[in-house]
Amino acid sequence: MLGLLWLVPAIPFAGALWLAVVGPRLRERAVAVIGTGSIAAATIVSLLIGAQFLSSPPASGAYTQTLWTWVGVGTFQPGIAFYLDALSLVMVVVVTFVSFLIHLYSTEFMHGDEGYSRFFAYMNLFVASMVTLLLADNLLLLYLGWEGVGLCSYLLIGFWYKDTVNGIAGQKAFIVTRAGDTAMAVGLYLLFHNLGTLRIQDLMQAAHDHWAVGSPLAVAAGLLLLGGAVGKSAQLPLQTWLPDAMAGPTPTSALIHAATMVTAGVYLIARTHVVYELAPAAQFAVAMVGILTLLMAGCSALTQWDIKRVLAYSTISQIGYMFLALGVGAWGAAIFHFMTHAFFKALLFLASGIVIEALHHEHNIFRMGGLRKELPVAFWTFLAGGCALAGLPLITAGFYSKDLILWSTANSPIGGALLWVGGLIGVLFTSLYTFRLIFLVFFGDVKTPVSHRPGMTMGGPVMVLAALAIIGGFVKGSFETLMTTALPPFHEAGLGVSELVSSTVAGVAFALGLVVAWYIWVLHPALADQAVEFSGGRLLHRFWFSDWGMDWLYDRLLVRPLVWAATINKNDVIDSIYDGIAAVTTTFYRAASLTETGKLRWHAAWIAGGTVVTLAIVMLL
Amino acid sequence: MRARPWMFTDFCREGKMIAAFYTASAVAIIATILMLTRVNAVHALLHLIVSLLAVAVILFDFGAPFAAALEVIIYAGAIMVLFVFVVMLLNLGEAAARAERALLKPSAWIGPSILTLILLAEFLWLLGHGVAPAVQVVSQGPVEVGMALFGPYMLGVELASMLLLAGLVAAYHLGTAKSPRSEATHASHS
Amino acid sequence: MLPIREGFIVAGILFTLGVVGVLVRRNLLFVLMSIEIMLNAAGLAFVIAGTRWGQPDGQVMFLFILAMAAAEVSVGLGLVLELYHQFKTLDTDAISRMKG
Repeated sequence: MLGLLWLVPAIPFAGALWLAVVGPRLRERAVAVIGTGSIAAATIVSLLIGAQFLSSPPASGAYTQTLWTWVGVGTFQPGIAFYLDALSLVMVVVVTFVSFLIHLYSTEFMHGDEGYSRFFAYMNLFVASMVTLLLADNLLLLYLGWEGVGLCSYLLIGFWYKDTVNGIAGQKAFIVTRAGDTAMAVGLYLLFHNLGTLRIQDLMQAAHDHWAVGSPLAVAAGLLLLGGAVGKSAQLPLQTWLPDAMAGPTPTSALIHAATMVTAGVYLIARTHVVYELAPAAQFAVAMVGILTLLMAGCSALTQWDIKRVLAYSTISQIGYMFLALGVGAWGAAIFHFMTHAFFKALLFLASGIVIEALHHEHNIFRMGGLRKELPVAFWTFLAGGCALAGLPLITAGFYSKDLILWSTANSPIGGALLWVGGLIGVLFTSLYTFRLIFLVFFGDVKTPVSHRPGMTMGGPVMVLAALAIIGGFVKGSFETLMTTALPPFHEAGLGVSELVSSTVAGVAFALGLVVAWYIWVLHPALADQAVEFSGGRLLHRFWFSDWGMDWLYDRLLVRPLVWAATINKNDVIDSIYDGIAAVTTTFYRAASLTETGKLRWHAAWIAGGTVVTLAIVMLL
Repeated sequence: MRARPWMFTDFCREGKMIAAFYTASAVAIIATILMLTRVNAVHALLHLIVSLLAVAVILFDFGAPFAAALEVIIYAGAIMVLFVFVVMLLNLGEAAARAERALLKPSAWIGPSILTLILLAEFLWLLGHGVAPAVQVVSQGPVEVGMALFGPYMLGVELASMLLLAGLVAAYHLGTAKSPRSEATHASHS
Repeated sequence: MLPIREGFIVAGILFTLGVVGVLVRRNLLFVLMSIEIMLNAAGLAFVIAGTRWGQPDGQVMFLFILAMAAAEVSVGLGLVLELYHQFKTLDTDAISRMKG
């Protein structure tokens, strides 16, 4: 059964290929069957593999399948090989399953779009790339999947390419993540150069054997890989692409920019955890990136008016939690939060997609309202997802995973009180912006009439995800046990805060956010506007709205100097050398071609003249 | 002949040969100049034949009877017949001669004459150095030439035969390409 | 005792006369005749050189030149005919399509 592992990336890839080649000639229903069917098949295979893996785990805790050697140059022998352990198993099952639900949802959401088959081809290719990334046995294959999802992300963000803004958003995502990818590539060179292999397991073993704790090479490798991770996972300082990435179709946002792709960075760090254990400085950097990102993104989410941008910032913030968990050594907690986040964030995006489509592609939450009765399915599922996101105690999945992260932060030798408090403030912000969103969209007066109600193919996946967002957290105990087969267990130290205390404080932060949101946006709707009336408040609002001015900063710091330099060098100084050579050559060519008169006597005269000169040289020498 | 001692009859014979050389040279040069200045192609051809025959005499003088015979047979015979045929085929006539006369203006002669005079001066200067002024002629008959041709120059003979074959093919092609039928087949091939 | 140097001088004069013909005449037939003169002069020079050293090699070279001249004339005259068919002239300056 485990031998079928290769089918998990192969089936979606075949689907993508099929749709890319014959897709435009197929009817919409056939495209939907192929596109969704391939993901369904991959999901079934991955679930079967998961069942097999859990019922009779391999002796070493991992299963490796080598298909063939990709490149063979000396000791550099990366293979097309897959590696399955508890970590990649969880990721693959969640990715394929959530992807399946989103594909199912898309069959209705994208109905009537002229790029219907193109959309499904991209989505299938994305899933194939993502699964390759997750199952890769070596870092080179992982990099292939990494770039594959980057490509698909670009294609899907700019899916409606006729609108220039979407194309620019796609380019931005591609270029910004490229900065991180370059760092990661350099990191791969560094690892291969120093440890002589790219197979992840050998690499981890070699790093463990050759590098002392805190050695500069380990720190450098850790920081470079972190660079790749922050690019793909939209963390500080490369998070600016994700909010703009909302230009893509909503299922794309759900699939790529919330549930799966952006967690690739989390996966990468968890996969190479040995390097970070050897480099406490790099690991601390991971934690700092996480905490800063989650706070900044939380603030920004509070000020957005576009429903998808609110969710985008919440995604950045939640991945910040995962990074925080990785940074404090709670590897299992990070993956656990990945799983619950995949459920509730996909749910939130899909539910918001229903709302957006119901209101004629209206994204502004201030023009929504009172949808509680109009769209009950969307409301209840969105509520479930929102509660999970904000961490409603005891009954939602998000509470369990986030609580685990907060408790680990408090009790980690790397973490401590400051990070813990930061995380708690993050909970407060999460609760605030989540309920602001829910209250503005679903409560109050109806501002835009509902024109379109979702069918079962859109409602069904949303309800399944809602159920998972509620019950997904109850597997916490067995999940942690499973994770210990692939990742090192969490070492408890530090503050000694008990789980009960941590949970209680988090619950209080959640409740506080809920109450404040209720007070501001339901009881006193004018209050928020009044806060912005003050010059300081307006400034803060603008600052947060523009994502702490990061885009402005990058524009001034990088884009404009580059454009300026490009303008100066419009005529290309270096090119003028080659142009000059060409011009000289052309001149000589014209001069030489003048001698070609086509007249026989003229040519004969040249020959005679040449003979005269040659003989003269013979005579004189 | 090689071993024979020097005798008076030889002196007389040599004197005749030297006289023949100078006479033939003068004839060759004058005939060539006349050929160059003719406007009628047939007249020019006749002068050319005279020039070639004079050169044949010089060749014979210099102990190359075989080459002299071939000069008469092939140059003055076969090649000139080809020229005559072509001139007859073209049927140039009086109008062509008038056109030629118009082209042969004195100004057309100046540039080439200067250039070739320099060339000739260079030839003379080069020949004036390191060349034995006179030498005893030892005749090289067909036997010696044949031994050399099919001995050390075997490869050259083969190459010459290939060249003649190529010339044959090219002449055949140029001669037949004009008929409409073959042009049609050309078109269908290409 | 034949005058070798004068023999060479005659060959040189004939050769340059050929060059003059090629440069001056615009009629392709005359150009071909001039080339014959040049080839002939070169052959003469070979034969004289062979005589100078008492070797048959000069005549061998003369034979090669003869063969070449025969091939050249047959192809050249074929071209003359073709040219006259196409352009109705033998003026070499009129055929300057290979102008650069």
